[in-house]
Amino acid sequence: MKSAVLVFPGINRERDMARTLKLVSGVEPAMVWHADTELPKGTDLVVVPGGFSYGDYLRCGAIAARAPIMDAVRSFAAKGGLVLGVCNGFQILCESGLLPGVLMRNSQLRFICRDVYLRVERSDTPFTRGYNAGQVIRVPVAHGEGNYIADGETIARLEGEGRVMFRYAAPDGMIDPNWNHNGAMNAIAGIVNDAGNVLGMMPHPENHVDPAIGCTDGRGLFAGLAEHLAKAA
Amino acid sequence: MKARVTVTLKSGVLDPQGKAIEGALKSLGVDGVSSVRQGKVFDIEIDGAEKAVVEATLKAAADKLLANTVIENYRIEIV
Repeated sequence: MKSAVLVFPGINRERDMARTLKLVSGVEPAMVWHADTELPKGTDLVVVPGGFSYGDYLRCGAIAARAPIMDAVRSFAAKGGLVLGVCNGFQILCESGLLPGVLMRNSQLRFICRDVYLRVERSDTPFTRGYNAGQVIRVPVAHGEGNYIADGETIARLEGEGRVMFRYAAPDGMIDPNWNHNGAMNAIAGIVNDAGNVLGMMPHPENHVDPAIGCTDGRGLFAGLAEHLAKAA
Repeated sequence: MKARVTVTLKSGVLDPQGKAIEGALKSLGVDGVSSVRQGKVFDIEIDGAEKAVVEATLKAAADKLLANTVIENYRIEIV
């Protein structure tokens, strides 16, 4: 797995992400500066990490989405390359047009920083092959704008094409408004693009990979990606 | 030339911030407020003599960056 982690001014989760990628795949990722115009040769996974690029000015992810490196990411994705966006990374992918919809202010207007439960909807994708469909995982969230919104037609298409990968759920996997902490439509926590090679999600699986933290539920995502890319190579 | 671009949420898009402001106005005793929607205003100084050209430039700016047209509308005024 030859991964590249994008670094924008104001991003603060890129080291967690890099540490996880190294821990799970054994290979150090390349850190790629936003002003660069090319990804390192042979990159097979681009990760847009979380944080607060440009201080969330204008709209979350809006300015980062127009950074020079994003043109390279767009053409990488158009060729089928795998792209993972977490938290601010999800917002950046939506703003850049790589994923549909928008992450709006949480319905309760509060910044939420805690563990949530996610139901994994599918296991037959490069991002979720490390899990079983219907499995519930516990991962942290830390965001003020994670309330996923799209027009009715887009939501119908996402649901109809099975493009919702993760939903906020109760610990037993039931979808319940009380566990949909940010008010996202259809409790959507993560989606893929129409080709299935770009995933955006609000929660932080990279923070639940080390037994020292007390939970390793996030590991499956990275282990699955590493396995997928090892087979493809 | 001076211009103003006003960005507002499309109708039907839930605006939790507007709702909170609406609630605060009510609790302040401001009567008759039935709805508040929050938006953004950009005051821009831009080179150019022809209004139509400047408007076209600002339209491109709004489409590319100032507004997210999935959820927002914008209005351009040359002032």
